[in-house]
Amino acid sequence: MKERKDDYLSRRDHLRDMSDKELKEYFFNLVDKMVDPLIELSYENTTKSIERSVLLRMGFSSLQAKDVVDKLNEYNLLRKGSGHCVYKVAKKFKISLLNAGKKIVEEDGIDYLVEVFS
Amino acid sequence: MKNLKPNEKLDIHDILKDLDKYQPRKRGWVWRDSQPIEMRGFKYVQASPSLKRSIALPSANALDNIDPQPDSVITTEIASGRFEDDIRRMRMAAYHGADHIMVIRTAGQSHFDGLLEGTPQGVGGIPVTRKQLRAQRRALDLIEEEVGRPINYHSYVSGVAGPEIAVLFVEEGVNGAHQDPQYNVLYRNINMVRSFVDAAESKKILAYANIAQIDGAHNANATARDAWKVMPELLVQHAINSVFSEKAGIKPELICLSTVPPAASPTPDIKINLPYALALREFFDKYKMRAQMNTKYMDSSTREATVTHVLNLLISRLTSADIQSTITPDEGRNVPWHVFNIEALDTAKQAMIGMDDLMSMLCFKEEGYLHTKKREIQERAILMMEEIIEMGGYFQAVQAGMFVDSGEYPERNGDGIARDIEGGVGNNSVIKRDSDYMAPVTAHFGYNNVEQYGKKFVENPALLIDGCTFERPEMVQFIDELDESDNVYLRLEETEKYRNSNLLKPEVEWLGDGVVTIDLFFPTSIKIASEAAIATGKKMNLKDVEVIHKEVLHPSEGTRIQIKGKVDFDINIDDLTIPKDVETMSEEEIYNYVKSNPVHVIAGTGGNDEHSVGLREVLDIKHGGIEKYGISYTYLGTSVPIEKFVDAAIEMNAQCIMMSTIISHDDIHYKNMEKLHNYAVEKGVRDKLVLIAGGTQVTPEIARKHSMDQGFSRGTKGIHIASFLVNKIRLIQNED
Repeated sequence: MKERKDDYLSRRDHLRDMSDKELKEYFFNLVDKMVDPLIELSYENTTKSIERSVLLRMGFSSLQAKDVVDKLNEYNLLRKGSGHCVYKVAKKFKISLLNAGKKIVEEDGIDYLVEVFS
Repeated sequence: MKNLKPNEKLDIHDILKDLDKYQPRKRGWVWRDSQPIEMRGFKYVQASPSLKRSIALPSANALDNIDPQPDSVITTEIASGRFEDDIRRMRMAAYHGADHIMVIRTAGQSHFDGLLEGTPQGVGGIPVTRKQLRAQRRALDLIEEEVGRPINYHSYVSGVAGPEIAVLFVEEGVNGAHQDPQYNVLYRNINMVRSFVDAAESKKILAYANIAQIDGAHNANATARDAWKVMPELLVQHAINSVFSEKAGIKPELICLSTVPPAASPTPDIKINLPYALALREFFDKYKMRAQMNTKYMDSSTREATVTHVLNLLISRLTSADIQSTITPDEGRNVPWHVFNIEALDTAKQAMIGMDDLMSMLCFKEEGYLHTKKREIQERAILMMEEIIEMGGYFQAVQAGMFVDSGEYPERNGDGIARDIEGGVGNNSVIKRDSDYMAPVTAHFGYNNVEQYGKKFVENPALLIDGCTFERPEMVQFIDELDESDNVYLRLEETEKYRNSNLLKPEVEWLGDGVVTIDLFFPTSIKIASEAAIATGKKMNLKDVEVIHKEVLHPSEGTRIQIKGKVDFDINIDDLTIPKDVETMSEEEIYNYVKSNPVHVIAGTGGNDEHSVGLREVLDIKHGGIEKYGISYTYLGTSVPIEKFVDAAIEMNAQCIMMSTIISHDDIHYKNMEKLHNYAVEKGVRDKLVLIAGGTQVTPEIARKHSMDQGFSRGTKGIHIASFLVNKIRLIQNED
């Protein structure tokens, strides 16, 4: 930021008459304004790490989760959810979640996913 | 696994055995059970129940060894790079009152895209892995049983693998975590969009298991040139993380603000830090305070660091600290010695108990400097947020370099940390969720269309797969080791000869590291003294000698130097002569003997010595002194001339003289012992009298060497002396 001198005294005019309580309320109103867009952004998006964390919770090891997520990312399928993809493949082929992951890594299940999600 | 016993070492092999099958006993953070306690007639208000096993402060020796525990959770940070050695330090720390043990991660882990596995050695911390976490949690499960208080285990959820680490923490029973996306952005140059998206997921996961979260705002103190100038910004940083966390699902009572008093003496410490502490606690009263100690102005003096930390503890007691963190006083010189974790814990315990209930006697002025300054800090923070919103929000403000500027807001010096919205590690790695996006797991943040598979899954998405690892821990897969050349088994093999054997080696942090520190004084200038110290270390056959602290006492008259170095020999316990524990007679036996053979003792502090507390402790009946066993005594007082002891013994027909001698300058205590002996010989009564010397610098060996019958030091109780005395008198009578 550009250098500037301390102009606190002139900037604070509108705060001068607020009570301590009002000041606190105003503070948290401003915080909401800063934070709400960040929460919204997080609500609508995902990342490879989030998707790997989903697979960990589904019983994958860190090594297996990494392979599955990398493969799904290659085919632009993470927007559907890595867990979703694994779930779909497991249901379709009537196999375990871990075997569904394996199938995806071996590109066996990818065609089905691309088709079902198109 | 069997329970730990205080007289047995914890066996790391036991911890590692069948680790793949171990499941942590509990999840979630535990606060201390804050309640008033009473001990030895003292009432403590800001306190918590005593430990089943603990080590009290040194001076508790004179107070029946009471060990009152304060109300705040007390933290110690441990990070030697070898988790197996850290476990021993954790056990020692727990005995000194730590119930929050934080492990620092190895350098570089935050940029690692995924989880690490196995147990490689770390640098400046440990690689946090499932195996390492499980082993340490398993050890802590045993240690908490041993000390009788739950121990919170803690590490970091940052970097580009945050959500995965958060899952790991839930599964492995970690109870506390640092999580603050701002830390990623400002200090780790991880892309800001990525950091916030990951953070929401991480926070939701932490919230699920009631893991306490600590933010990263204190890093601004440590980074800014003049730490106290970032005070307004600190409020803003705390606010962003706290509110973001709450909106992601963490309960306010588990959102902890990491707050450090920004200034340290020789600045007017309290005058700067107190208004800030009040400003923060007034605004953030629904959250918890994790009071950290100042590290910014630490040099290599452990004494100076300790004083700074005590002033920090004063701020904690003047305001509040739900978690009181400690910084080892040797952090400024990078000698991570076991003992400094313990010293820092003792400092916190001692100061907090010492300042117990302080605010029931004081109040703050509601007008004048304190209030005006507090309000000014709050207003400056508000002005900063107004400008951030004006600029288009948090990301734009970071990009413009708004944060960690060395000017006190609104002053700007143009030296803030600026990050590109489209830059940093993990840039362009965020993926928009489609309308049919779905994740069939528990504690998943954000848009999750499970409804497409049925309404009943909305409240519990994991039901789709009959539960995830959070509900079914048996689903968790355990990876043992991935690196055959870097793992705990190889390290254990190297040091096995020191484990449960008769070999010992001095140690700073790792078993058998051989590191010693030595404190030296040279009557010369700092430059010459430093070189002289290194030469001294080499002549003492130390390897890798380094100066770790220098302090000028006078530019030419003298310098204090501390060095560290390594010894390359082992000490064999079998070659040592270990003094035998004094065998004590039963109380009844002593009492019965004295009843039929009255014993009288002449006691006092010898020479020019006014210290009498220790002596009174072993004499008076109320402290369990010799009087309790029917032994009578004449107390001559302090600074008793040596001759007077013998003259009084003859006059009173006493069997024993107990001379206390504390002052040891110029070996005066030895000289007085000899003098007492010689005068008794001169008077012809030496063979009839039992001569005993006592004092902090007295050992039985030294006392006997200087013609006493016995010597007693710290920790002596009346029964030890009474027992010795009765035995000795019996011997004298038999000789007669």
